[in-house]
Amino acid sequence: MSLRDQTYLRIVLYEGRDAEPLDSEQRFQAVSRLLNQGFALTHVGGAGRTAPADDVPALVLGRFQNGLEKLAAEAASERVRFTNVSGLTDEQIVAAVESVRAEKQAVQHGGWKPWFPVIDYDRCTNCMQCLSFCLFGVYGADGAGHIQVQNQDNCKTNCPACSRVCPEAAIMFPKYKAGPINGDAVKDADLEREKMKVDISALLGGDIYSMLRARSERAQSRFSKERDSGKALNERQKCLTKLAQAGDIPPEVLMSLPSPEEILRRAGEAKAKALAALAAQR
Amino acid sequence: MTPDTPGILYCNCTYAQIIDPAVKGHVLRRLCDSGKSFEAVADLCEMSARKDPALKRLAGGPGVKIAACYPRAVKWLFASAGAPLDGARTEVLNMREQAGPAVIERLLADDVQPNLPPGKASPGVAPRGQTPEPEAQTGATSAEAPASA
Repeated sequence: MSLRDQTYLRIVLYEGRDAEPLDSEQRFQAVSRLLNQGFALTHVGGAGRTAPADDVPALVLGRFQNGLEKLAAEAASERVRFTNVSGLTDEQIVAAVESVRAEKQAVQHGGWKPWFPVIDYDRCTNCMQCLSFCLFGVYGADGAGHIQVQNQDNCKTNCPACSRVCPEAAIMFPKYKAGPINGDAVKDADLEREKMKVDISALLGGDIYSMLRARSERAQSRFSKERDSGKALNERQKCLTKLAQAGDIPPEVLMSLPSPEEILRRAGEAKAKALAALAAQR
Repeated sequence: MTPDTPGILYCNCTYAQIIDPAVKGHVLRRLCDSGKSFEAVADLCEMSARKDPALKRLAGGPGVKIAACYPRAVKWLFASAGAPLDGARTEVLNMREQAGPAVIERLLADDVQPNLPPGKASPGVAPRGQTPEPEAQTGATSAEAPASA
């Protein structure tokens, strides 16, 4: 299922006027549990501001009193539903929310670790190196030829390799362990490091995939002469090890790479997309 | 409550273990006990990837204080989801770097100390070879100002 085009459900925990507040511990536990289940919620307390209503269906939870429960029942509609949580434990509150989510067929969270590149357009120069580098179709270009992250869920979890080839340190992975890839400010020293990494890939043959291609060709050549599939496999494994070191790519991502031929095909497609996007800017 | 009270947004970063649980726990517990209204989300990254419409309503309003991670990441997570934050009225508290008490103190304060990185308010890059023109982040007058939900 696509990450987008889904139904959303807004959860509101109402503790304002004419509602009895939850106990402190229960409030914290209920909010924590809902967040850990992937829900977002609006907490309405006695002070402060909440985001305004919109077209998203809402479930309002509260210990309604002074007739508010009756009013809530009368006001309930397809869009807004009220649930009185008086007497419910925090586990039961979460279960009640999950029940409404399932009934509304709203998005179920937690099926995908949100690992994907985020472009810092203050730094990006639209050079398309990321697009031509990524084999998994994460990047694309808009109608004006501007680089975009288009398929976040195609990204390989914990792989920050495209950020390593960005000459401007413009690609972030907010869940990465270290800066500047995690979004920390980019320092001059970071830029030097990033340049060094690109230089490493250049030394390996123009770019990492060029290296892979060259090694694949050499391996194929030997394979045709020697008919030794073991050597070809060994060659690929050596190549993958260097890739892992150069790009901080998790081994499981490398092991899931397709055959060298398929890599070449995908790399060719990615480069063609990048060239088309660059041409569209001119 | 005054009309220009800044909103409060807490990100639980549910799908990664990059924020000290003690920091998250301290901030969320104090927030829950504050009596203030707030918005809490499981994971801003996931919402950004989904282009969750909630991001637009969270970005709107007279100002917002966000407890999450690095301001540069938060700025572009919102912007890439089509919900750019108003740099003049947004303060990001970084739970990856700041201690829990420091985060909650600023989160509950009535004023906003804007700290988003300056520059563009939304995606869009200068063609290759041209230097991007930095734009002041004055969302109140910008055409890119976040849409009020």
